[in-house]
Amino acid sequence: MVSRPHGGRLVVRVASENRRERVLASAAEYIQLKIGLREAYDVENIGYGVYSPLDGFMVSEDLEHVLLDMRLSSDIPWTIPIIVSVTQEEKTFDVGDEVLLVYDGHPLAVMQVEDIYSYDKKLYVEKVFKTSDPSHPGVYNVLREMGEYLVGGRIELVDTVPNPYSKYYLRPIETRVLFRERGWRTVVGFQTRNAPHMGHEYVQKTALSFVDGIFINPVIGRKKKGDFKDEVILEAYTELMRNYYPRDTAVLSIVRYEMRYAGPREAIHHAIMRKNFGCTHFIVGRDHAGVGGFYGPYEAQEIFKEFPDLGVTPVFFREFFYCRKCGGIVHEKICPHGEEHRIRFSGTYVRNAIKKREDIPPYIIRPEVARVLLSHPDPFV
Amino acid sequence: MTTGKYTTVSIPKSLYNRIKKLVEETGFKSVSDYVTYVLREVVAMHESEKYEEPFGEKDLEEIKKRLKALGYI
Repeated sequence: MVSRPHGGRLVVRVASENRRERVLASAAEYIQLKIGLREAYDVENIGYGVYSPLDGFMVSEDLEHVLLDMRLSSDIPWTIPIIVSVTQEEKTFDVGDEVLLVYDGHPLAVMQVEDIYSYDKKLYVEKVFKTSDPSHPGVYNVLREMGEYLVGGRIELVDTVPNPYSKYYLRPIETRVLFRERGWRTVVGFQTRNAPHMGHEYVQKTALSFVDGIFINPVIGRKKKGDFKDEVILEAYTELMRNYYPRDTAVLSIVRYEMRYAGPREAIHHAIMRKNFGCTHFIVGRDHAGVGGFYGPYEAQEIFKEFPDLGVTPVFFREFFYCRKCGGIVHEKICPHGEEHRIRFSGTYVRNAIKKREDIPPYIIRPEVARVLLSHPDPFV
Repeated sequence: MTTGKYTTVSIPKSLYNRIKKLVEETGFKSVSDYVTYVLREVVAMHESEKYEEPFGEKDLEEIKKRLKALGYI
């Protein structure tokens, strides 16, 4: 059996077809709350159980526990606040009201308002991001973009943000059936936001050597300028897996989610999401979910010690590199040679080489993957 | 800083002393921290034994149909 959902129950908060039609037909009669893309993806993830056991946006008691104890009020591990904020002007409803959450004109969910509360932004950023420096993108978002009140309550999904990659999208209930069909009892999850180079492949295959299958789960969402576009990442992975992975040992499927760049806390959150998809293990690499120099290179691995009850086993990796003297891809535990022999895998190097249409050595990136990247006239955001 | 919301449970004094000695050689800050850690681990293990997949036979067939259509199975 694959992993038990976080908190013991896979949440499904999707309206029935009748209810959905009724809500959409009477959308204009609801109090409408406009939400951003981050919250829109959160709504979808709550609705389909990616965030189990959450069945809605957090109420104040849960937020307090998450900030201070890294747990929900039920003691279940949880590190990232899942919240929706409003400004004073937007606070036109009360506890007990039903509010329609709307993204870019699309009604997405009905929310039963259970709590409307103020919060301490300084405490929030210091706890979640371990800094109050506004040059951190997560801190900036909280301090400059979030409203002064949070609204908590259960949601019921009536629609999702249009998904151009729906053929790559599986819900947790579907991955659980898929893993079962494949006969996998142990599954390792791999989170990525990038086109795959050989370092990624070695991490994945090393982990795969110890489990039945790997779940490669790229995050699709807002990207930074200069990142590879989502369709390029998906095409590159498809090609890599077609050529270099046994078909029955790997699954590629996306998750729609906006990175918080909360480093260690977010690594736990990423593990929880993959546990809900059915993963028993989760790969945590160097500076997982970090940004700039805000977190130590292995802080995101160390935090796992604090969660004996997480229910998903972290698999820690240090950095892989190519060693000229070893003549292969290795890491520091198995390579005795000096830095002068080592070629590091660098996303920046790959991006620059692609921009200049230069050849990339096959020990850095598979030729089939390089061809995909080069086939796009403009592969970057 | 934590929420500071705690309650008290009783354990034999002899066990407390045994844990106290053990804790001195570990990274735990107190007996309470150690007991909390161990209990969470044990409770999670027991909870994990009580789980049934969240789909019935009908759901299963529909899900398999979609997985087939997408080329996953």
